[in-house]
Amino acid sequence: MTDLLKLSGVHTHIGRYHILQGIDLAVPQGQVTMLLGRNGAGKTTTLRTIMGLWQASKGQIILAGERIESLATPDIARRGVGYVPESMAVFSDLTVKENLVLAARDGPLDDAQLDWIFGFFPALRRFWLSRAGSLSGGQKQMLSIARAIIEPRKLLLVDEPTKGLAPAIVMALIECLKEIKRKGATILLVEQNFFAARELGDNVLVMDNGTIVHRGEMAALAADVPLQERMLGLSLEAHQ
Amino acid sequence: MSDIAATDPLPKPKRDLAPILLPVALALLMIPLIGSTSSWLTLTVASLAMGMMIFIMASGLTLVFGLMDVLNFGHGAFIAVGAYVATLVLAPFAASIQADSLWMNLAVLAPAALLSMAVSGALGLVVERVLILPVYGQHLKQILMTTGGLIVAEQTLYALWGPQIIPMPLPTSLRGSFILGDVAIAKYRVLAMLIGLAIFIAIQLVLNRSKVGLLIRAGVENREMVEALGYRIRRLFLGVFMTGSALAGLGGVMWALYREQVHASMSDDLTVLIFIVVIIGGLGSIGGCFIGAILVAMVANYGGFLVPKLALVSNILLMVAILMWRPRGLYAVTSR
Repeated sequence: MTDLLKLSGVHTHIGRYHILQGIDLAVPQGQVTMLLGRNGAGKTTTLRTIMGLWQASKGQIILAGERIESLATPDIARRGVGYVPESMAVFSDLTVKENLVLAARDGPLDDAQLDWIFGFFPALRRFWLSRAGSLSGGQKQMLSIARAIIEPRKLLLVDEPTKGLAPAIVMALIECLKEIKRKGATILLVEQNFFAARELGDNVLVMDNGTIVHRGEMAALAADVPLQERMLGLSLEAHQ
Repeated sequence: MSDIAATDPLPKPKRDLAPILLPVALALLMIPLIGSTSSWLTLTVASLAMGMMIFIMASGLTLVFGLMDVLNFGHGAFIAVGAYVATLVLAPFAASIQADSLWMNLAVLAPAALLSMAVSGALGLVVERVLILPVYGQHLKQILMTTGGLIVAEQTLYALWGPQIIPMPLPTSLRGSFILGDVAIAKYRVLAMLIGLAIFIAIQLVLNRSKVGLLIRAGVENREMVEALGYRIRRLFLGVFMTGSALAGLGGVMWALYREQVHASMSDDLTVLIFIVVIIGGLGSIGGCFIGAILVAMVANYGGFLVPKLALVSNILLMVAILMWRPRGLYAVTSR
């Protein structure tokens, strides 16, 4: 399995704070890699650094064989990286349609792709002409994910998509991400919900204090309660 | 939390009509206070005309504020430059301006306005690349750089045209008034209202019916996410900055014709009004800017008529009142 994304010795400073302290990680093509860790471990910073929203102060970020750590965010996005931020960041003054029109950077909306998205998220069809600001939290998250997959992307960076959502919506999001995965997408997914992580993840990376402290298969971590407790301070059993 | 297959439609978003009704209510409230219907109508038309001119000058600034969080204290330079550039066309063709033919007047006025917009827009390109690009994200430096730019621009105008006030008489066909009963409505004010309204409609069409407009609206709300979708917002911002500068130049020509004079510091008082309009309208909101401009002009005109001693502070009081009611302006489109 080739690695679509590779980070080597990546450091990120935000102001005088040294957040990422030498990250080494690889995201294999066509797999879902979970990025887990306690609050403040540096997971969101890792995604933002890959996306170019915060500049890496040192190290290499390689996407499909090309170094991208010094590229601007739009150039990274144009190389096929989709980003779903933790805040969802839908454009609340724009309608659902307008949000997706903007996300379809390379041309008009593709009807087949839209139908595929509506299959998971019928609410988006229903509220097609409603302002995104009037959607519920779960519907905003659906829109945020739909925006990232409205065009084919090489890599999806998804930051805590299930945070604060009702269980029914979490299940629907998991199904959607599974389907995206089945279509061959490569996903780097930050998640606090361990159940979702186990359902989706092929591989897992655990972060602490700005470094990767564990890497392996998700199934192995899910089966190893002492390891979970050591790495994350909790166990999957307690989380179900 | 509603579930995914929710069958109940969302409640339609409520239209926020209160800010739109505010100038209407203010105008109606003034009828008994002013007493004379003809005076009220004259003041109201004067307010609308002045408001449209301020809107034209402020519309670019509000998008620049909202889109890139740039504090451009030198916006007034584009107003003065626009007015001065117009004199380059209007002075040699003074005979056509004084001719009693609307078409001859417009044949000179239109190229003068277009040249002013072109030069102000080009100056905007230079200012953005030279003064603003190095200080993105640094408010204090932005204030220093753009204030410095304004001073340099004013002094350059003095050096090129001299310190004297340059007269800019209204074209003959735009002098005088339309008489409706005992009410006289100045022709130029009607023209200013029509141009302002046309520009407002054009901006709204661009913002709501084009992809560029969508990008601007999205960028005002969250420019980081626009970049994460693959759009180079700096280029978009440059376009908005140049358009805003060109509109300020047009506003400068219109204001100079309104006052029938041009001088290098003509934008000093206007800049204060423009900033008040941008703040009370809500940073980045064209609709808020439009209503704010009308409110500012109404308060200046009605206030000047009813309580002349309050004229100097009336707009500050308006801003305080609006911000106490809506701390982020009439229509908040950014989180700032």
